[in-house]
Amino acid sequence: MFFIFLIVVILTAVALVVAAMTIARLVAPRSFNPQKGEPYECGIPTRGDSWVQFRAGYYLFAILFLMFDIETVFLFPWAVVVAEVGPYALVSITVFLLILVLGLAYAWKKGALEWK
Amino acid sequence: MFDYYNLTPLLRSIHAFMCGIMPEWLAMTIEGIAVGLFIMIMYAILAIILIYMERKVCATFQCRIGPNRVGGKGGLLQVPADVIKILTKEIIYLKDNDKFLYGLAPFLVITASILTFSCLPWNKGGEILHMDIGIFFVLAASSIGVLGILLAGWSSNSKYTLIGAVRSGAMIISYELSIGISVLTMVILSGAMDIQAIVSNQSDGWNIFKGHIPALMAFIIYLIAGNAEANRAPFDLAEAEQELTAGYHTEYSGMHFGFFYLAEYLNLFITAGIAVTLFLGGWMPLHISGLDAFNAIMDYIPGVIWFVGKTFFIVFILMWIRWTFPRLRIDQVLILEWKYLMPLSLFVLLLMTVCKVFGWVF
Repeated sequence: MFFIFLIVVILTAVALVVAAMTIARLVAPRSFNPQKGEPYECGIPTRGDSWVQFRAGYYLFAILFLMFDIETVFLFPWAVVVAEVGPYALVSITVFLLILVLGLAYAWKKGALEWK
Repeated sequence: MFDYYNLTPLLRSIHAFMCGIMPEWLAMTIEGIAVGLFIMIMYAILAIILIYMERKVCATFQCRIGPNRVGGKGGLLQVPADVIKILTKEIIYLKDNDKFLYGLAPFLVITASILTFSCLPWNKGGEILHMDIGIFFVLAASSIGVLGILLAGWSSNSKYTLIGAVRSGAMIISYELSIGISVLTMVILSGAMDIQAIVSNQSDGWNIFKGHIPALMAFIIYLIAGNAEANRAPFDLAEAEQELTAGYHTEYSGMHFGFFYLAEYLNLFITAGIAVTLFLGGWMPLHISGLDAFNAIMDYIPGVIWFVGKTFFIVFILMWIRWTFPRLRIDQVLILEWKYLMPLSLFVLLLMTVCKVFGWVF
């Protein structure tokens, strides 16, 4: 039952986009002009190539994110049973977070969180 | 008395009636189409209400009137007129962009938004997707959206969209951690990941009262991070108008752009809806222990009104934040998350564990 509805919801999303685009294509005017194909950016003609490089700093944050996101995924099953497990859950989470925060502290000390 | 707090028997009887007069596959097909149409209509209506509300709230905070010409006194038809306008605008196709990814991006953004939208608990038995790992699924589905944003920015063949997309990508994934950890905090308190179970556990008091200090801190962290997730000011660096035109969707036009706009407003509603589910009791009425007459009156208000009312209250608070604070710089945004919000949310997680283990929650 759940998977049927999951498929229905995904199909709804696709249908919404397709339907709106079809209506727009039928109703909207169409005219061709070579200038329209140029990137808009801020309104003046583009200089040089548009495929530029960007800061490697963003990449560092993505790597740090991976570490902590996987941590959250691992913690969800633990979070459901905290009340049943009792004090042992507290000990295990403390050790887990300690190891994890060491990673963050290392990145912090190395300057990965600075924006230079 | 008809129990309007529980929609499950009603939906069951509709399904049984449909199966009685036609084969089951046909009944399922019709029900599927009905659910799909329902989602689309709700999605469109909510977007119109939210955009109108945003304009009016923004105008009030800036001491002006806002839309007031179209459709009588309050400018009620302004947003429907804008919808028609956006549908009839020309869709411009760029020359050197990555056509496939450029077309795919709106699909991803809308899919992520509709998947999370259909997990919201409107009423008892009134959510479309019901599963045991509900809140976990919401986190997973909402993270598809950032893929759409990155693809949109990267495939547009423009420097501005690329910078907007990487900024927004870095920001959204960073704040997703805080959202994940504050959701985790509430999962510890509720002991369940099922959204309906989380709401039912709050029948004797909303989570924000049951979990006192850690729950309140998690709520504030969630609101800050949720604001960043929805790409709204003070975290709207992705589309900082003064520097990046419109950010990652600069090169989209007409209805193509409309999808991003639609998803942005619905994500605001979804963020508020999840906050209400986790912290403010979902569709549960407000009960104050001791005041029995007051509680009985509150019980007469249907759950869906409670849910929508609370959600719009949170939406109002988020709009208040948006029109009050100035925009941050990208390094400030990332430092706020990694050096302050994230260690704080880990601390709140530990605090909640201690409270739960030693029974210091109500």
